[in-house]
Amino acid sequence: MSGLEIRRLRVSFDGFTAVDGVDLDVRPGDLRFLIGPNGAGKTTLVDAVTGLVRAEGSVRFGGEELLGRSVHRIARSGIGRTFQTATVFEELTVLQNLDIAAGAGRSLWTMLRRRKDVPEPVARALETVGLTELADSPAGTLAHGQKQWLEIGMLLVQDVRLLLLDEPVAGMSHDERQATGELLQRISAERTVVVIEHDMDFMRSFARSVSVLHAGKVLSEGTVAEVQADPKVQEVYLGHAAAETTADVAVQEA
Amino acid sequence: MNLLKGPSARAAAGFAGSAVVLFALAPLVLSDFRLGLLAKYLCIAMVAVGVCLAWGRGGLLTLGQGVFFGLGGYAMAMHLKIADAGPGNLPDFMQLYGTATELPWWWQPFANPLFALAATVLLPMAVAAVLGSFIFRRRVKGAYFAILSQALAAAFAIWLIGQQATTGGTNGLTDIQGFFGYALDDPVNQRMVYFVIAAALLLLIALARQLIHSRYGELLVAVRDSEERVRFLGYDPANVKLVAYVVAAGMAGLAGALFVPAVGIISPALIGIVPSIEFVIGAAVGGRASLVGAVLGAVAVAWAKTALSEEFPAAWTYFQGLLFIVALAFLPGGLASLAGIVRRRRATAEEKKAAVIPVGEAA
Repeated sequence: MSGLEIRRLRVSFDGFTAVDGVDLDVRPGDLRFLIGPNGAGKTTLVDAVTGLVRAEGSVRFGGEELLGRSVHRIARSGIGRTFQTATVFEELTVLQNLDIAAGAGRSLWTMLRRRKDVPEPVARALETVGLTELADSPAGTLAHGQKQWLEIGMLLVQDVRLLLLDEPVAGMSHDERQATGELLQRISAERTVVVIEHDMDFMRSFARSVSVLHAGKVLSEGTVAEVQADPKVQEVYLGHAAAETTADVAVQEA
Repeated sequence: MNLLKGPSARAAAGFAGSAVVLFALAPLVLSDFRLGLLAKYLCIAMVAVGVCLAWGRGGLLTLGQGVFFGLGGYAMAMHLKIADAGPGNLPDFMQLYGTATELPWWWQPFANPLFALAATVLLPMAVAAVLGSFIFRRRVKGAYFAILSQALAAAFAIWLIGQQATTGGTNGLTDIQGFFGYALDDPVNQRMVYFVIAAALLLLIALARQLIHSRYGELLVAVRDSEERVRFLGYDPANVKLVAYVVAAGMAGLAGALFVPAVGIISPALIGIVPSIEFVIGAAVGGRASLVGAVLGAVAVAWAKTALSEEFPAAWTYFQGLLFIVALAFLPGGLASLAGIVRRRRATAEEKKAAVIPVGEAA
């Protein structure tokens, strides 16, 4: 397994610096949560790692430098992500979605023929994310939570070694959150997982480690308890009391 | 019963049915003149097969298929003109307008029939590959792609017009007499050309169907609907689109090549902006994402053009424009989507019926 190593990462848009010199290490097999107020630069950080926005500094995964590579090459080196709003191919079935995700390395000859059966990794992923029953339904008809699971399933068949998930449980019911959290724990046994999340209960239940971002910088890092005890973190969240009531309560509870 | 149901059985039945119509029924009921017109429409339908793939499935609004149609058509016509002139002679128009005493260097390879035949398909594909890799790598898409394609069609037509001495200019390459040794004014040979075109159309439909139902076809739809997401799965969408664009270009090239013996002419007026848009209208009206819809739509619109423009030459252009806008705005899936809507209605009606029965039994 490989770990993620970010050094002096900077992203700016037209003079506004969204990520300002971030250093971040995620150990192999970690289940790391990235938290922080809105605008802290969490999503931009993931965008930079996956090649969607230009960045300065260094991002290494398993020793390979990622910055400067194109999006699809970074994806091929084993890094996958999801988005805040689930983006699946609505007109294709669940099975087709997963089959496409599994196929970036396929030969031209395989591509030009029909899919005759369900590839083994696809069947396993269907099982893992609990969508076997819905394999032949169009992805557009899935419920919100199921789409998020499908996306995670797509990362599994893609066989990524680093999963970057952007608010995977937003809009999910309590049971769905619980199921997703357990799914993430299982996945992180073999892969490295980074989750951006606003839901503090969810973070407390499932995080192995936490990084708090604020104004484009890493404010605090450690276990859930360490981070919650950090006065700097409390200050940031209390300062944003109006906007971040959930986070607020969570920190005070600790 | 199962034999008649599955999609591939339905397709096989469709192919058999169209073969009967094209090879038996049409030659039986149509006059030689009408059959010649049908041959022309089928060529346009061949372009529509490519449009269905590139636009319907790949989301690439190819408003410049005239370029590839023209490349195929000119490649074929150049060979036929050289063959008509006979060894050592220049094609007639060169003797009229040109000062050259021998064939221009870029005409010479087309004297070879095999080279010319291969060029009708490979030349458009090669041009599409070069253009496409520029366009898609620079991430030109949507309306910009459509406008760029259209500009290319205009540029190609204008360039041809400017080269009077070597391309026949505005007139194009006209008055083609023979087709690989067969005289084209003989109705029997004209009928043969029609059969070749009908067979080529069915072949292209089969090829496109295979592509659409392959894994590549699924990926193409994924790229059409969410290009960015596909990139995060490790594919380069530029390559995916490029394949559809190049295949569509090859199909347009073959269509142009077979158009020449069917109609006896290729000229800039047949490949510029207006014809390029016309290639797309049929597919839009019939249903761009459906092969059957695109092909039937192309034939129907081409037929309507002949029928209506004979009666109302001025009004046809407006009518055609209106048809395009109405189809895009109110029926984006084309007429083919109506069949889907009817089928779904019927399915829900049957579901309701089925749902009622057990309740009745329970009572």
